[in-house]
Amino acid sequence: MNATQIIVNLSGLIIIAWVVWYFWMYRKEGVQVVETSGVQEAVIRVKGGYDPDVIVVKRGKPVRLHFNRQESAMCSEMVVFDQIDQSAKLPEGETVTIEFTPEKRGEIPFQCQMGMLRGKVIVQ
Amino acid sequence: MTTDPVCGMSVDPAESVANRKHQGQTYYFCSEDCARKFDANPESYIQRSPEGNHRQKGFRAASLNTGVADDMVGPVHVELPLVGLDCATCVQTVERALGDVDGVQEVHVNFPLSTAHVVYEQERATLPQLIDTVKQAGYDVGVADMRVQIEALHCASCVQTIETKLLQVPGILEATVNPGTDIAHISYLPKQVDFAGIRSAINSTGYETVKRVEEAETVDDETTAHQREYKSLMRKFWFATAVSIPVMLVAYPELPWLYLPNLFVGEASEALIRSLFALSGLAALAVMAYSGRQFFTGALAAFRHHSADMNTLIALGTSAAWIYSTVALIIPTLFPEGTATPFYDVAAVVTALVVLGQALEVRAKGQTSQAIRKLLDLQAKTARVLRDGQEVEIPVEEVLVGDIVVVRPGDKIPVDGEIVEGRSAVDESMVTGESLPVDKESGDEVIGATVNTTGSFKFSATKVGKDTALAQIVKLVQDAMGSKAPIARLVDVVSGYFVPTVMITAVLTFLIWFNFGPSPALAFAVVTAVTVLIIACPCAVGMAVPMSLVAGVGKGAEHGVLIRNGEALQTASKLKTIVLDKTGTITKGKPELTDTLPAPGFDAATLLRYAASADILSEHPLAQAIVNGARSQGIDLVEPEQFDAIPGHGVDTRVEGRRVFVGNIKLMRREGIEVSAVESELERLQGDGKTAMYVAVDGQMAGVVAVADTIKEDSIQAIQVMQEMGLQVIMLTGDNERTGQAIARLVGIDRVLAEVLPKDKAQEVHMLKQGGEKVGMVGDGINDAPALVEADVGFAIGTGTDVAIEASDITLMSGSLKGVPYAIEVSRATMRNAKQSLFGAFMYNSLGIPIAAGLLFPFFGVLLSPIIAGAAMAASSVTVVSNANRLRFFKAKSFKEVTT
Repeated sequence: MNATQIIVNLSGLIIIAWVVWYFWMYRKEGVQVVETSGVQEAVIRVKGGYDPDVIVVKRGKPVRLHFNRQESAMCSEMVVFDQIDQSAKLPEGETVTIEFTPEKRGEIPFQCQMGMLRGKVIVQ
Repeated sequence: MTTDPVCGMSVDPAESVANRKHQGQTYYFCSEDCARKFDANPESYIQRSPEGNHRQKGFRAASLNTGVADDMVGPVHVELPLVGLDCATCVQTVERALGDVDGVQEVHVNFPLSTAHVVYEQERATLPQLIDTVKQAGYDVGVADMRVQIEALHCASCVQTIETKLLQVPGILEATVNPGTDIAHISYLPKQVDFAGIRSAINSTGYETVKRVEEAETVDDETTAHQREYKSLMRKFWFATAVSIPVMLVAYPELPWLYLPNLFVGEASEALIRSLFALSGLAALAVMAYSGRQFFTGALAAFRHHSADMNTLIALGTSAAWIYSTVALIIPTLFPEGTATPFYDVAAVVTALVVLGQALEVRAKGQTSQAIRKLLDLQAKTARVLRDGQEVEIPVEEVLVGDIVVVRPGDKIPVDGEIVEGRSAVDESMVTGESLPVDKESGDEVIGATVNTTGSFKFSATKVGKDTALAQIVKLVQDAMGSKAPIARLVDVVSGYFVPTVMITAVLTFLIWFNFGPSPALAFAVVTAVTVLIIACPCAVGMAVPMSLVAGVGKGAEHGVLIRNGEALQTASKLKTIVLDKTGTITKGKPELTDTLPAPGFDAATLLRYAASADILSEHPLAQAIVNGARSQGIDLVEPEQFDAIPGHGVDTRVEGRRVFVGNIKLMRREGIEVSAVESELERLQGDGKTAMYVAVDGQMAGVVAVADTIKEDSIQAIQVMQEMGLQVIMLTGDNERTGQAIARLVGIDRVLAEVLPKDKAQEVHMLKQGGEKVGMVGDGINDAPALVEADVGFAIGTGTDVAIEASDITLMSGSLKGVPYAIEVSRATMRNAKQSLFGAFMYNSLGIPIAAGLLFPFFGVLLSPIIAGAAMAASSVTVVSNANRLRFFKAKSFKEVTT
C-alpha cells in the first residue's frame, strides 16, 4: 500500500465516521418557546426542514405552532403529528397553526408525510 | 421619512428608488413599479397620501361600509349578527357583557333580528375584543370568510400595508395576505362589509383587487400549486434535455446508435477534444444550477438540520461526477494513466431524468387526491336567502345560522339545515352514497351540497361554513389522508437511517473499487460510488404507504364511507369478526306495519281500515306505524267519533258508528271478546319478534295486525357479502333469545348474543376480542358508543349531518350496512396496494444498490451506468405513485353484486 492509498482509505473511513456522527449521533438543543398570555407559541419555518425543529414546551399549557412553508417542493406539503392525531396541509406562503395541549412529559414528534423531514416537541 | 403615496410604505427620501414632482410637491417611491403607477394617474394617489389629505377635505374611503379613514376618530357603529340567541333573557346577558367593555358607549341587542348594535370608540375597544366578549358570554357572532385576489403584489412589505389597511375597516376581523399566492384571506362581518368595501380598502393602498376568489377556486389552490410545480419542473426538464444531447454526443462519439461517426471528435485534435469537454462541463454546470437547483437547495437545507434526503443523494451524485470530471480535465496528471476521463454527461442526464421523474410524480400525486377535490366541488356557490322578507342571492359564505334559505327544484342545497316549509325528495348520493332520492318534509334535516329534485321548500340554516357536514367530511378525509398507518411507522424508522446508510455504502464502494478493482481503479471507483448515490430511492420507500392511504381513504369517501385514520384502515383490513347491533343497524329502528291477518268474515282492507282509523289520534309509535302502513296501502282513513286510550291495554274507539277495540289480550278479555279464531296466528307473529294486536269491531274479532322493526332493504345482502368475504357475523340485541333468533334467521346470521343490556354491549365486544381476532362493531354513534370504542374498529351508522362521530373509526354516511363490507374491501385493497409498493421499493433498493456498487461485475462483468441508475430511480418513485393511483379504479366486487 503506497502513501496515496493510505490517504484515500483513511479519508474514506473518516467520511464514514463523520456521516455517522453528523446524521445519527448529533443531538440538537431545543428551542424554548415564548409564552404569551398562557399560550406557548412558536413560528416554524418549513424549508427543507423545520426551523426550529426541536421545540421545548411546558406541559399543561396550550401550545400553538405556526408553520410557515416557504418552498414549493412537495415533500413538505403536509405536517403530521402522528402521536396526537393531527395533521395539516401547508400551502406555500401561508401560516398554518397546529394547536394542542400536552398533558404528559415526553416527546411529540412531527414530520412530513414521507418521514424525510422531522422535528419534535419536547414536553417538560 | 415620508410615505410612498402608492403603496403606503415608509420611504427614506435619501434611499427612495424614484421620486416625482407633482403640483409643487415631491413624492418618493419604494419601487419603480409604484412610480409607474403614480405616473399613470397621480391624482388618485395624492388624494390618499397624508400630505394630500388637507386638499381633499373630508376625504373618506369610497364605500359607505368602510366609511372610516385611518385618521378618523370618534365612536364607531357596528351591527354584530348574534348566533345562539334563543331566549329574551339572553339579550340582557349580551348587553351587559358588551356594555362592560372599556370604550363601548352604547349597546342595543335586537332579539327578533338577533343583532347587537354597538357604538364604541375605536381607540379604546376593538372589534375582535367585542366578539370575544360575546363568545365569553356564551354566544357567537356570525363571521364570514372571503378570499380576494390582489394584482401584482411585488414586495413583501406591501403585504403589511394591505393587512393594516384592511384591519382598519370596521367589520373586518382578520386579514392575512399571502405573498406566495397574492390572495388576501379576510374574515368579516357580512352585514358590515361587503366585497365592494373590501375592494375599495385594498384599492386605497394602490393595489388592484382582481376578483373575489370563489371557495371552489381556493380549494383548487393545491391543484394550482401542483400545476405550477409541474410546469416549472417540465421547463427544467426540457432545458436539461436540450443540453444533455450535445453533452452526450461529446461523451460518446463512438456510439454507433448515434449514427454520427466521428463527426465531432473522431479525428479531432487533442486540444479540440479538451475544449469540447470544457464546454460540456460548463453546459452541465448550467443544467445543475438551473434544472437541478432544488436538489442543491434542498440538500443544503436538510444538511443544516442534520438530516439527509433524496436531494442530498442526487446533489452528491451529480456534483461528484462533475467535480471529478473537471479535475480530470484540468489536471489530468493528478490521476493515474487512463483514468482522467470526464463524464459530464452523467451530471446533465441524471438531472434531466430525475427532474422528469419528479414532474411525473407531481402530476400523478394530483390525481391521487382527486377524491377531496370532487368533494369540494360539490359545494354550492350561492344561496337564496330571505333577508327582510326579500329573497336575495348571496355567496354561500355569507349564509348565517338561522337564515331562511329558499330551495327551488333542481337547486343545490347550500348549507345544512332543517326544513320549515314545503316538501321534496333530495338526492343525497354525493354525500351519503345512497343512490335513491330521500323524501324530506317539514322538520327533516337537509345536508348542504345535496341536490333537490322536483319540489321546493324553505329551510332554516343550522350549520354553515366549517360546521357543515360537507366541510366536516372534507376535514375528516383530509385528516385521515394525513394520518399514518401503523405500517408506515415502521417504514419511518427505516427511512430515518436510509440516506446516511446509502452515503456510507457509496464511500465503501469507492474504497473497495479503489483498493481491489481492476485498472483504471479510480475511474471505476468514482463511477460506482456515483451510481450508488443515484440509484438509491428513499422517496419510493417513504411514499409507498401514504400514497396508497390517500387513494384508499378517498375511494371510501366517494361511497359515503369515512375512514378516520390510517390505523382504522389498517385494522379494518384485518377484521375477522363483525358484530352488528340489531336495532337501527340491521333494522330501521322504527316500527312498521308488517302483517294484517283478518278473522273469518273480514277482509284485510276492512280490518286495516278500522284498525288504522281507530289509531289515528294515538301518538303511540305502534299506532302510528299502523296508520302509516294503512296510508301507504292507499286506504282512506276516517277520524273516530270517540277515542279513548287505555294505558297498558290499547284503544277503545267509535269509528263510523261502530265500536272498535285495538289492543292486547288483556283488553279483549276485559271486553269479553272471543279471540280463539286468531289466537294461534297472534302467537306465531309474536314468536317472530313482532308486536301483534287484536282488532275487534262491535264485539266481534276482526283479526290481528302486527308491527315490527323491519329489516333494512339491503341488510340481508350486506350480511351475505360479509360472510362470503370470510367474516364471522354476529348479531347483538337486547331482545330475548327467541325474538333475536327470529330476526337472525331472516338475515342469515347464525350467532346471536341476545338479552344484552345496552351497558353490557362493550363487555360483550371485549369478550369476543379475547379470542385474539380483530373485532369490528357496527352500531349507532350514541347508544353503542362504548361498544364502538371497545371494538378494534367501530363502524358508526351515520345520522344526517352529524359526521364526526367521536366514537367511530369508520362512519357510514348512508346508514346502509353495505358500507361495512365496502369499507373492509377498500381497506384490504389499500393495504394490499401499500404492501406491494413497499415491497417493490425495498426490493428495488436492496437489489439496485448492490448492483450499482458493482456486485455483478466479478461474475458477469456487468456494471451499471449512472445514467441507467438515474432512469431507474426516477421510474421507481413514479411507479409507487402510479400504483397508488390504480386504487382509483378499484371496484368492490361484492358491493357491485349487491347493487345490481
